[in-house]
Amino acid sequence: MAEAMQELFGPAGVWITWILQCVAIVAPLIVSVAYLTYVERKVIGAMQMRKGPNVVGPLGLLQPFADAFKLLFKETIVPTGADRFVFFMAPMLTLLLALVAWAVIPFQEGWVVSNINVGMLYILAVSGLAIYGVMMAGWASNSRYAFLGSLRSAAQMISYEVSMGLIIISVILTAGSMNLTDIVLAQKGVWFGVIHFPMFVLFVISIMAETNRVPFDLPQSDAEIVAGFHVEYSAMGFALFYLGEYANMILMSGVCVVLFLGGWLPPLDMAPFTWIPGIVWFFLKMAVILFVYIQARATLPRYRYDQLMRLGWKVFLPLSLLWLVLTASVLFFTGLWPEYGA
Amino acid sequence: MSAVIVEYLPILVFAVIAFFVAGAMLASSYIIVPQSPNPEKKAPYECGFPPFDDARSRFQVRFYLVAILFIIFDLEIAFLFPWAVGLKGLGAAAFWSMMVFLAILTVGYVYEWKKGALEWE
Repeated sequence: MAEAMQELFGPAGVWITWILQCVAIVAPLIVSVAYLTYVERKVIGAMQMRKGPNVVGPLGLLQPFADAFKLLFKETIVPTGADRFVFFMAPMLTLLLALVAWAVIPFQEGWVVSNINVGMLYILAVSGLAIYGVMMAGWASNSRYAFLGSLRSAAQMISYEVSMGLIIISVILTAGSMNLTDIVLAQKGVWFGVIHFPMFVLFVISIMAETNRVPFDLPQSDAEIVAGFHVEYSAMGFALFYLGEYANMILMSGVCVVLFLGGWLPPLDMAPFTWIPGIVWFFLKMAVILFVYIQARATLPRYRYDQLMRLGWKVFLPLSLLWLVLTASVLFFTGLWPEYGA
Repeated sequence: MSAVIVEYLPILVFAVIAFFVAGAMLASSYIIVPQSPNPEKKAPYECGFPPFDDARSRFQVRFYLVAILFIIFDLEIAFLFPWAVGLKGLGAAAFWSMMVFLAILTVGYVYEWKKGALEWE
C-alpha cells in the first residue's frame, strides 16, 4: 500500500499512508467504544432479566449516540481552585494513551501501523503512563473525592502492573521476541494460553484491575467516593474519560489475545477454520475477552481495598515470579528454545 | 530517513492525530454550549457543604510505600526484558546470574512481607 501511495503522491505518500492507517484505526475504535457501552448495558440487562436500552432507535441501537450528544451539549464546569491546564490535559492524555497503543497491535500478518521490535515494552510503557491521566485529574480538580480516588487508582494500577510485567516476561521467554507479530507467529503450534494457562488467568484478572473495572473499580466506587477521580468533570471532559476507559478495555483484550490466544491464528490449523480470515478470528477472540469483562461486572461484588492490595502483592506477584523462574528453567534445561530467539 | 526512525514515525503521527481528536472533542463542546458559570456551580463537590480547605493536603503514607515497592519491582522487570529476549544466545552464565539476582530479590520480598510492608490496614 505504501508503494502505491508513493507513486500517487510522491515523497508525501508515506505520510499520507500513515495518516490514513491511523484514521482507519481511530474511527472504528471510537465507534466500537460506543457500541461496547451498548453491548455492556444489553448483556448486563439480560443477566438481570431486564431489557436494557431499547427506546432510542431499533433495539436501542442509537442509544450510544444519544448519550454522546447529551454529553456534548452539557456545560463544561471547571471547579474553583482547579488547575485549568492540568484539568483539561488529564482527559486528553487518557484518551491519547488509549489510542496510541494501537499503533503496534497486529490485526493480521502485516496489518500493523508500526511493526517495532520492542512492541510489548511499548504497550507496557503506554499502559503505565495511563496512571498520569488519573493522577492529573485527581490533583487538578481540587476536590477531596477526586484526590482520594486518584490516589487509590494510582496505587492499584502500579500494584497490578508489577505482576502484569512478570507475566509478559514469561510469554516473551517462550516467544523469544518482543515484537507482537513474532509473538503471535510463535503460537502457531499451540497457543500460549495453553502453555501458560495459570498466567493467562492471572493476566485476565490483572487487566481488569489495570483498567479499573469491576470487581476492582475501587477508584470509582460510587457508594463511598462518588465517582473517584472524575467526579468534577462534566460534558466532554467526562466523555473523554469514559472513552478512554472503554478504549483501554478493548486495547487490553487485544493485548491479551496477542499474548495468549494466538492473535489472528485460527484455533486449529485445518480447513474449515482457515477459510475465515485472520482478522475475524482476532475480533472474535477480543469479543470473548470483552464478554468476560462484562460478565464479571454483572456477577461479582466489589473488592475491599485491603483485599485488592493483598491479592496484587501477596498472591499475583509471587505466583508470576515463580512461573517466570519455572519457564526460564524449563527452557534452559530442556533446550526447547523458541525459533525467533536471538 | 534511517530504518529505525521510519519504524517509530507512525507512532508519532498516531499520537498527533489522537491528540487532535481529543482536543477537538473537548473544544467543540466548550464552543457550542453557552457557558454560564456561577460560584455555586463551580464549587468542588463535597456532599452539599462548602469545602473547608484545600483538597491537596496530607494523605496516608502507605501510598508512598506502595510507590517505592513498585519502583523496586518495576526496575527489576526492566532488567528482565532484554534478558528474556536474549536468553537463548546468552547461555548458562546469563541464566544463573539472573537466578541469583531473583533469589536476592526474593529475600528482599520475604523481608518486606515479614515486616508488614505489604499489609494494608
